[in-house]
Amino acid sequence: MDIKVRVWRQAGPSAAGKMVTYDVKGISPDASFLEMIDVLNETLILGGDDPIAFDHDCREGICGACSMVINGVAHGPEKATTTCQLHMRKFSDGDVIDVEPWRAAAFPVIKDLVVDRSAFDKIIQAGGYITAPTGTAPDAHATPVPKKDADAAFEAATCIGCGACVAACPNGSSMLFTAAKIAHLGLMPQGQPERDSRVIDMLQAQDDAGFGGCTNAGECTTVCPKGIPLSLIGRLNSDYRKAITTR
Amino acid sequence: MTANDFWAEGEPVFDKAAPDGPVETRWERRKFSAKLVNPANRRKLTVIVVGTGLAGGSAAATLAEAGYRVKSYCYQDSPRRAHSIAAQGGINAAKNYRNDGDSVYRLFYDTVKGGDFRARESNVYRLAQVSVNIIDQCVAQGVPFAREYGGLLDNRSFGGTQVSRTFYARGQTGQQLLLGAYQALERQIGLGNVEMNARHEMLELIIVDGKARGIVVRDMVTGEITTEFADAVVLASGGYGNVFFLSTNAKGCNVTASWRAHRKGALFANPCYTQIHPTCIPESGSHQSKLTLMSESLRNDGRVWVPKKAADCPKPAGSIAEEDRDYYLERIYPSFGNLVPRDIASRAAKNVCDEGRGVGPGGLGVYLDFADAIKRLGRKAVEAKYGNLFEMYERITGEDPYETPMRIYPAVHYTMGGLWVDYDLQSTVPGLFVVGEANFSDHGANRLGASALMQGLADGYFVLPNTISNYLAAGPFKKVTESDEAVVEARKQVEDRIEKFLSIDGDRTVDSFHRELGQIMWEYCGMERTEEGLTKAIGLIRALKEEFWTRVKVPGKGEELNQNLEKAGRVADFIELGELMCIDALHRRESCGGHFRAESQTPDGEALRHDDQFSYAAAWEYFGADGKPVLHKEDLNFEYVHPSTRSYK
Repeated sequence: MDIKVRVWRQAGPSAAGKMVTYDVKGISPDASFLEMIDVLNETLILGGDDPIAFDHDCREGICGACSMVINGVAHGPEKATTTCQLHMRKFSDGDVIDVEPWRAAAFPVIKDLVVDRSAFDKIIQAGGYITAPTGTAPDAHATPVPKKDADAAFEAATCIGCGACVAACPNGSSMLFTAAKIAHLGLMPQGQPERDSRVIDMLQAQDDAGFGGCTNAGECTTVCPKGIPLSLIGRLNSDYRKAITTR
Repeated sequence: MTANDFWAEGEPVFDKAAPDGPVETRWERRKFSAKLVNPANRRKLTVIVVGTGLAGGSAAATLAEAGYRVKSYCYQDSPRRAHSIAAQGGINAAKNYRNDGDSVYRLFYDTVKGGDFRARESNVYRLAQVSVNIIDQCVAQGVPFAREYGGLLDNRSFGGTQVSRTFYARGQTGQQLLLGAYQALERQIGLGNVEMNARHEMLELIIVDGKARGIVVRDMVTGEITTEFADAVVLASGGYGNVFFLSTNAKGCNVTASWRAHRKGALFANPCYTQIHPTCIPESGSHQSKLTLMSESLRNDGRVWVPKKAADCPKPAGSIAEEDRDYYLERIYPSFGNLVPRDIASRAAKNVCDEGRGVGPGGLGVYLDFADAIKRLGRKAVEAKYGNLFEMYERITGEDPYETPMRIYPAVHYTMGGLWVDYDLQSTVPGLFVVGEANFSDHGANRLGASALMQGLADGYFVLPNTISNYLAAGPFKKVTESDEAVVEARKQVEDRIEKFLSIDGDRTVDSFHRELGQIMWEYCGMERTEEGLTKAIGLIRALKEEFWTRVKVPGKGEELNQNLEKAGRVADFIELGELMCIDALHRRESCGGHFRAESQTPDGEALRHDDQFSYAAAWEYFGADGKPVLHKEDLNFEYVHPSTRSYK
């Protein structure tokens, strides 16, 4: 396949950025989107140009590192797919493809397509855990968890923290990410003691980190590579209401 | 082949920390004999932990909970992205929740046997013992393991065992376990007990007065080089499977932290022990950047086969009649069938492909077929069990595995070799501890499925926090400063190396060297090895090294985010490691665990071990870029599980 990619190039956090067009010729339809950029980068290096910087690691859709807006959609056109699992067979010969970084106030650009997502870690630090210091645990079977609850908790826990939800949200809100964690921990008996403080503290941390508010636009769930449902935000809101009234 | 050509032999190495006496009480006795640090003194002690995967993340969190000051480093943008996150299948624990005859002793027995009698009994027994606590700990953290309808934990079986002792969270067990450790770590970061440094890479180890006292790191965003000091250093930097370029490892996985420590005196043990995983998605073309593993748990229900006749291979799978199919694992190994251990399954796949009966592009693939399972259990049940794995397969290959069988082929997955450590997980450099995949212990020459997660968490949550105190009890050690000669020198080594990479300005990319190294390693130091091939590989690698240092082209500057500079440093270390791997493979003239020496096989083509000559761990000492590595042998003694021929027939 021969394609053209228009890529956001930005030398550093304070440098001005712009879209630059590159031709990629003879790419295999079996290549992943990131492998296509690898191939392009090899050409750029040999031609004396600076290769495109982008975040990636596991390349099997689970680490959450890859972060590209492709033709205006976070992680590209295929539903429930990370960029590393998007393959060139989903495009056509001769396509012109736009590639940009996540854009959100809380995710400043570091270079080209690489952004700083450490604000997510700050939200977790505020309460996205169960306080269970090592060595204090009772036998695992001491606390049965109904299968229905365990399955629902698992579904929420599949969030990979990639930040596509934030990139897609017109407000740059991290509500889906936070809601997934609140649901994961709040659906299990182990998560109950800290349920109220968790939701209050995580929402506060979310505001402090510069994320926007949620207005139920729903774009987040549309691009989520793990299919985290919008209903979890409703669950978060009801947890929050209960937490502030009982506090 | 004599030692004189490629290596020299030195004094044996001993595990001085290992307790003796009954294996069941060794760990208890070691914990009791270890010196303690009183809580008020712990806050005066600092520990550096490099890596934030299952081993590093759990170690950093647990040490911080205990009251030590912890500085944590990872190359990713967040500790949550460490490659442990990609482990799919599960984690073993000797809970015997299934009442199927499992016990600590049986897990110990299976692991020693599965590792082909090349692991230490003491370490493996301890691993089996603490496996039980790991599950308790993870459940308390809220890890959403699969449950039965009654609310109790579900289990499944895994390759190489006949009991159901594997706990799992669909096909994303590694992710869920890692998130548990990550959340415990983030909690400690929030409390101010851990200083987290993401996007930082360790490039050198600092040794002062013979003790590991710090590291040199590069801030991967600004390029700033800094020196960091502590009372002890813990490496939890993972495995080195990426030496093969194509592997199931994340792209960033590298050997640099371990290799820099090796060059500073830490012995590197069993470097040639590589695990080839039998169920990976085959390579599709020259653009390929990595390989993807399909969980081994698929072999619980999937049946492996190839056509009986080579002429049938290009035909669609569905058109090949039942009687023309060779379910070769079930045929050759009737008692274990499709659940034989990884090394057996991998080599059997390679054999049928070598016979010309492989399927898919290049004939490098075998079928993993779910047609029977779908017929027996229904598509819904299969979907519930393996849905995400099927989806992943379809995404990558464009084929629907519910309709046509998956194609799989072996790929490099895990490295059992690593820095040599004693029972306390301390390397030969005092104060340098190594945990998880980065060390060499516990798995021997082959790793059973669902054991890597177990070892990472055992080391990080339970073993290291108990053993490191024995070392730290002698601290705090004398203050190290920037002006110490060893610190100045380590820093200069890093700066000179970076300057060298940037100044060569040759005509080949870093990746092109990495790919070439990988091809050499896979061809000559992969599943099957010969004396001739390994000797050839060493020559090829030496030539490649020379070419690398004259022709590599690294664009950009040091003082910026420069991903090619990062890669250059890692590939330079992989090249040196690759040579040592080949030397280690050359010296081990036996077939054992994950590797097959063609010169050492039984009349019917099975692997032939030589316990009389090779029942030891091979720990290598670095002797300069042009010096010969020196081999130190650690004899392995088996008091409980007596070496026997592994048979899965």
